[in-house]
Amino acid sequence: MLATMGLITGTAAGGAALAAAPGAEALAGAGGVAGVSVSAHGAPLAVLAIALLPLLGAALCALTAPLRLGGKLPAWITVGGLAAAFGLTVLMHSGVSGLAAGEALVAHGYEWIAFQSGAGPGDRFVAPFGFYLDSLTSLWMLFVTGLGCLIALYASEYMEHDVGLGYARFFVAFNLFVFSMACLVMADNLLLLFLGWEGVGLCSYLLIGYFYKKPEAVAAAKKAFIVNRVGDFGLLLGILTIFGVFGTVEYAALFPKLAAGRDALGEPLAAWVGWVVPLLLVCGAFGKSAQLFFYVWLPDAMEGPTPVSALIHAATMVTAGVYLIARMFPAFTLDEQQWVLGLVAASGAVTALWSATIAMAQHDIKRIMGYSTISQLGYMFAGLGVLTTTGAAFHVFTHAFFKATLFLCCGAVMHGFAGQLDLRRLSGVWWVKGWGIIGAAMLVGCLNLAGFPFTAGFFSKDTILAQAFVTPGAAWVGWVLLLTAGLTAYYTFRVFFRVFVGPVEYHPGQDDHGHQGDDGHAHSSQHGHAGGHGHASGQFHPHAPRWAINSVVGALAVLSIAAAATYFVYPQEHGWVGKMVGHSTAAFAAPGEHHSGAHADPHSDAHSTDLRSNGAAHAAALGTFLGFDPHAVMYYVSALVGAVGIGVAYLLHGAGRRTAATAGADGLLRNPLVALVHRGAHRKWYVDEVYHALITLPLWVLGHVLHLVDRLLVDGLVNAVGAAPKLTGGRLRVQQSGVLNGYAVAMAGGIALVVLLVVFMTN
Amino acid sequence: MAQALAAAALGQGAFPEPVSGVTLYHYLFVSAALFALGVIGFVTRRNLIIMFLCTELMFQAAGLALIAFSRYHLHHTGSAFVIFVLTVAAAEAAMALALVVLLFRRRQTLDGTQWRQLRG
Repeated sequence: MLATMGLITGTAAGGAALAAAPGAEALAGAGGVAGVSVSAHGAPLAVLAIALLPLLGAALCALTAPLRLGGKLPAWITVGGLAAAFGLTVLMHSGVSGLAAGEALVAHGYEWIAFQSGAGPGDRFVAPFGFYLDSLTSLWMLFVTGLGCLIALYASEYMEHDVGLGYARFFVAFNLFVFSMACLVMADNLLLLFLGWEGVGLCSYLLIGYFYKKPEAVAAAKKAFIVNRVGDFGLLLGILTIFGVFGTVEYAALFPKLAAGRDALGEPLAAWVGWVVPLLLVCGAFGKSAQLFFYVWLPDAMEGPTPVSALIHAATMVTAGVYLIARMFPAFTLDEQQWVLGLVAASGAVTALWSATIAMAQHDIKRIMGYSTISQLGYMFAGLGVLTTTGAAFHVFTHAFFKATLFLCCGAVMHGFAGQLDLRRLSGVWWVKGWGIIGAAMLVGCLNLAGFPFTAGFFSKDTILAQAFVTPGAAWVGWVLLLTAGLTAYYTFRVFFRVFVGPVEYHPGQDDHGHQGDDGHAHSSQHGHAGGHGHASGQFHPHAPRWAINSVVGALAVLSIAAAATYFVYPQEHGWVGKMVGHSTAAFAAPGEHHSGAHADPHSDAHSTDLRSNGAAHAAALGTFLGFDPHAVMYYVSALVGAVGIGVAYLLHGAGRRTAATAGADGLLRNPLVALVHRGAHRKWYVDEVYHALITLPLWVLGHVLHLVDRLLVDGLVNAVGAAPKLTGGRLRVQQSGVLNGYAVAMAGGIALVVLLVVFMTN
Repeated sequence: MAQALAAAALGQGAFPEPVSGVTLYHYLFVSAALFALGVIGFVTRRNLIIMFLCTELMFQAAGLALIAFSRYHLHHTGSAFVIFVLTVAAAEAAMALALVVLLFRRRQTLDGTQWRQLRG
């Protein structure tokens, strides 16, 4: 179906011109790369529908509200639209997977923005509404639309307490999110990517603030939006810089220039481009993907409904930063030193460890999953930083499934136990009648997150870990990530052993209206269950998930196991994901990687060496793991670390636990040093307090000072100007007696005075 | 005809019999006196009709001065202007008396000091 679409060369430096359809317009790149663009007909319209179907869904969902079409109609519209979009994505994937490395299809919709400021190269700004389809796009769109469809089905049951206007509002934003995400991922130029980038930010804001009557949710929504603005500003500057240097924001024209290292005029690039552009792009990526210094918005974003946390704040939107870096990877490798990638690696590793320590001491299971998402995003960034785009993308792919599973399990618990999320007030949920599928899925998700051998998470985490040890100078990143892997296994199974197994005990959350009095520490209200759980007897009955939640969670658990299988297809190219990445612009031979030549980089094919040192460093300079080949031993090492983490979690939280509130770890907390550290981690290392003191408070003070200046100085001046005539008028008004004769005297006297003056002056 | 010729023969500044001893200044004095009477009447009296009549007096004082100057300069512009003034004064008198009647109907008095709404 995609045969008529335009073919253009992506990264193929020095590649031969591809056969062009008649009437094709040559897009000669500065580096001698000839590309061909064919205006697309027919088939690309179907590709545009991948993005437009959710937009249509949003419009239809919005219509259901004024038309009073009750029930779950918005959910079915969403599920249907996203299923169709997923079907189209699969078709698109089959079209894209036939392409050779470095090739992409471009589907032109229409010219969205175009203006000309001069006649020279780079004086024409064009941003079409068009899609750039290569295997990286295809990879992301497969899980965006697929997971979107499944999670919409889940949400149809999860949000049922809000059927009506709230239900429609939820699904409007949900559809709008998928549309924005599709624009972000499929855009054929950076400006359309930016539109999607801002769109997902807006939808994230709308959905975090879904429970708008709850002050915490509103504050969290604002925090997410404002923190993201900071990063987005950097991204916008980056896009403008790219246009300024390369004279284009369209991928099809940009990538040949990046590959050739030439600017808009065909001159070699200035040295600053190699680090300024990546640094600005990274700024945007850090904001959206919640990396260090920007991550504070993501834990608070857990105030949103759980399907939103699963789709937006775990599986898709927060990986946009990874996508951006992977998509623009040629810009990151412009510089010989690539110190921006070093920064990405360092920041990723520190973020991973930092948020893992916080996750260990939290009690709210959804918040633990939030911190774990930040930690796993740190892994992905570290993967990008140590030059394994494959590993990063593979981890994004596997993480999307298992973290969605985990979130949806937590959501089911929250839904069933009246908003209870405190792991000290729930125990043995798996053994409650009707919770079998949720419990089993949770185990699968936890095993994946902990990196248990032969799970998908195990393989993707391994790829990154091993590469960190191989890439020269990044060994410390590897050690930090290895430590984090152990902590991850511990906090993941802490949740599992506390909440899902052990003696059956549960206390409802605050959403259970009959028990508000005796629940001091429960999660605050997020559902509005309409009454009755049989409170008359004082007995709380959790309501087990029904078919929609069960089937979606089950399917996701199966998928997160199945994702492991993709590692074993195409072994020469590091699995299915590796093949997809290798064929896209993100293709990059990581140091020491024996790439099979699927990607288009001639250097790595010829030498298989470290591009970071420009071919000077050979395999001898590559790092090892204590003298062994990291790729060979990391399977065993990380499996061991994961097992230790799980074992510690079992000892501290699983073994011999009799009640929900107490566990073996409590004894450990009597040690003052442990208690101190635990307290720090529980309070999130006081980062929010520090931010409040360093940023919020000074701004608050400044705002009030300026408010005073406005009130006293500016308003004072204006009021003085107003007061002067008022005072004068007050003095003069007494002259107006209102008596006709008085006015006549004044007038006659005045005229007489003037006449006298004239007479005296003329004489 | 003969009279007009005689008047033309008299020349500027001279008046025919029986007022031949009268000069422009006499006329201007009468005019000023009339005007002053009008002003004094307007300022001192409260009766609206009297006040209105005083304004008419001032009108006629101005008209007299115009006529006098017209004759003095042997030019018809002043006389023609007085005709217009008289016409306007007639129209204005009709309207002003109507207003006075309306004001009287409101307060049952002709006292002008009863109308002080514009006091500051």
